[in-house]
Amino acid sequence: MPATYEPISTQTLGSDVATVTFSSIPATYTDLVLVMAVKKSTSDGGYLALRYNSDTATNYSATYMYGNGTSALSGRVSSEAFGRFGNASTSNFENTIVSIQNYANATTYKTSISRSNLSNVYTLSYCTLWRKAPEAINSITILADSGNLVTGSTFTLYGIKAA
Amino acid sequence: MQILAAPFAGVTGDYQSIATTTVGVGGQATITFSSIPSTFKHLQVRCLVRSVNAAGTDSTKMNFNSDTATNYSRHALFGDGTTAGSAAATTAAFASLGDSPSLTAAANAFGVYVVDILDYASTDKYKTTRALGGYELNSTGNVDLRSNSWRSTSAITSIVFVTSSGFNFAQYSSFALYGIRG
Repeated sequence: MPATYEPISTQTLGSDVATVTFSSIPATYTDLVLVMAVKKSTSDGGYLALRYNSDTATNYSATYMYGNGTSALSGRVSSEAFGRFGNASTSNFENTIVSIQNYANATTYKTSISRSNLSNVYTLSYCTLWRKAPEAINSITILADSGNLVTGSTFTLYGIKAA
Repeated sequence: MQILAAPFAGVTGDYQSIATTTVGVGGQATITFSSIPSTFKHLQVRCLVRSVNAAGTDSTKMNFNSDTATNYSRHALFGDGTTAGSAAATTAAFASLGDSPSLTAAANAFGVYVVDILDYASTDKYKTTRALGGYELNSTGNVDLRSNSWRSTSAITSIVFVTSSGFNFAQYSSFALYGIRG
């Protein structure tokens, strides 16, 4: 029986880099799941973001909810040139899972749902929209608001194939 | 760092596709998964949701084994971009997911949900689900984490999804059911 949920590509950073890109993503799956443990080099508490198909236009927006053990809050960002999906720390690795539904169709905007946590600090969830005229996602670039993604950060992209 | 996304070869797993429904032209009122085999440990439903309700948003109801009695309850944590809130319901006639776009929302925008149904084939415990999802429209949005309880010890053999408004799911809405082996 063919695998339904399988790794497409994985990377553990051996040096600090500004971006990580998954390219040539096959269109043969239904959903994508991106699993990350990420730390960055500067600006503790800033955000992590992604871009699809190298699109740098202001086609991204997001709504989030956040809880830190004392309070819960929600906020949103609109018309950005990247899609936020989590936060990042300079001291610890934040764990994030991003689910990108129906990424390969050319009929719908692409919406992802993510959940993140930074141990002993917070838990966080983003819903992120990419509203470029519908096209299949064939590359994903991950970046931070400032500084580099640091050595030891891990990124694994999975594909899920529906019946 | 550039990573070529070439699939690993020869991997097989314990996460298997059971059935998928994608809504066609004209919409569809009900999404039903029936005759669900009891050979898995857990189920997961991955949804892309939009309705044709004329209101700005809609939500999705979920019933197991055609049970529409008041055997369901739920708790939700959500964020609407301004505030975070929580809600609950007891003795409900359905389980539910959060909100999703409908007819007047931006074209091509859909809500996404991932629903985990744990130990669904058990006959000695009530069933508990977890759903994380939301929608985003550039000017408004919502993130929703919720649990539902179905107070039945019956194994789940069917799942029905309908919109809360009673209107159809819109074209391209998709519900994919997966089984996870234990």
